[in-house]
Amino acid sequence: MTIDLLPFAVSLQLGLWVTVILAVCMFPFAWIFARSTKAWVPWVESLFSLSLVLPPTVLGFYLLLFFSPLSPLGQFLDNTFGLRLVFTFPGLVLASCIAGMPFMITALRNGIMAIPEHVLEASWTLGKGRLETIWHVVLPNMRPAILAGVITTFAHTLGEFGVVLMIGGSLPGISKVVSIAIFERVEAQDFASAHVYAGILLLTSYVGVFLLNRIQRTQRLRDARRDSV
Amino acid sequence: MIQFELEKTLKRPGKSKERLEKPSFRLEVKFALAKGQFVGILGPSGSGKSTLIRCLAGLEKPDVGFIRLDGFTWFDSHLTINLPPQQRSIGMVFQDYALFPHLSALGNVLYANSDRPKAMEWLDRVGLADHASHLPRELSGGQKQRVALARALAREPELLLLDEPLSALDEELRADLGELILSVQRSTRITALMVTHSRQEIARLCDTVIELKSGKLVSEKSCQKL
Repeated sequence: MTIDLLPFAVSLQLGLWVTVILAVCMFPFAWIFARSTKAWVPWVESLFSLSLVLPPTVLGFYLLLFFSPLSPLGQFLDNTFGLRLVFTFPGLVLASCIAGMPFMITALRNGIMAIPEHVLEASWTLGKGRLETIWHVVLPNMRPAILAGVITTFAHTLGEFGVVLMIGGSLPGISKVVSIAIFERVEAQDFASAHVYAGILLLTSYVGVFLLNRIQRTQRLRDARRDSV
Repeated sequence: MIQFELEKTLKRPGKSKERLEKPSFRLEVKFALAKGQFVGILGPSGSGKSTLIRCLAGLEKPDVGFIRLDGFTWFDSHLTINLPPQQRSIGMVFQDYALFPHLSALGNVLYANSDRPKAMEWLDRVGLADHASHLPRELSGGQKQRVALARALAREPELLLLDEPLSALDEELRADLGELILSVQRSTRITALMVTHSRQEIARLCDTVIELKSGKLVSEKSCQKL
């Protein structure tokens, strides 16, 4: 049995990068999806949620073609910024962001939708601008939603396999994550190592789901208390 | 003095025969409030009462018209001026309180005016100094609306807008809070506009009543005549 800790480090780094990037970048989109009544919104929202139902290999295949050094975009990125996205860690982060997008955006959108419109309007009539209102009213009131988004996105990224394999391959220390390490151990019939990798992933996922349920339960109880007043 | 002349196309609410025949109607109101006047807006549901005060607050934009406060323009469609709510000197009380759930009663008032002694003074004036540290979920409906009133006035606005402030409360609380609104309005001499369905409330609290019907101002009279 050989346990290499490098895949855990790569997975952890990948999870943290993807979660932070999505939490920051998806907020404006979640805001538009929650508040806008424009006709184009459901079309774009569906596009953002596509990776939820798309087989990861399909997504990975298209991302591979799109970011390949032979594609126009790949060539542009390589020639202009010296950036290669296929079989590199930045490429892995970008692909995982696309795959994990729906998890973060759904949680954030639901959190924003749960804040009554009048509460925002009250803030504006009290002299606060939109950014101040988001910072002082919206974000504090959607903490459970942000936490839910962080947990589901992080857990999903840790377990991602298809997209990661297609775009990142299995380069030790660069793109070999825990889920790929499990696959390779099973292929090599080293079930003992596979058990250790899978067990740790199972435990991490369980803790994530447990925390998520706890947050949602607390929120439900708080809502019930608020409604009963 | 606050002068306004507003026009805005509105959708007719509900599923009545009238809505099927005429799905939209036009809000057309021209009015002026003297400083310190307390005006009630009366009218059936969907007559444009709330839209009118939302337009004054800057939460909705009229199609045509102007809003001026002592010669200072808040909105003018010809000059393409439309100040956002945060730049208008208003305080607004909503029917559903609209308190910030994560802030205490004092925190809600401090949000409007960061001067702590002044915020405490406002809570005291609405009889809630003892509840300063309570979160909105720990307060009753009447107490929540008192905090909302203190919060709206803490900014020391020129115009107080009350959108059905008493309609979510029971009879006894309505009377108490109505008295409080009246005494605060009288002591601060703030110009106020209140939307309500109740003729009695308007007769008890306001100086003048304007009545809206399908967006048109159909009458304006002193409350003594009600």
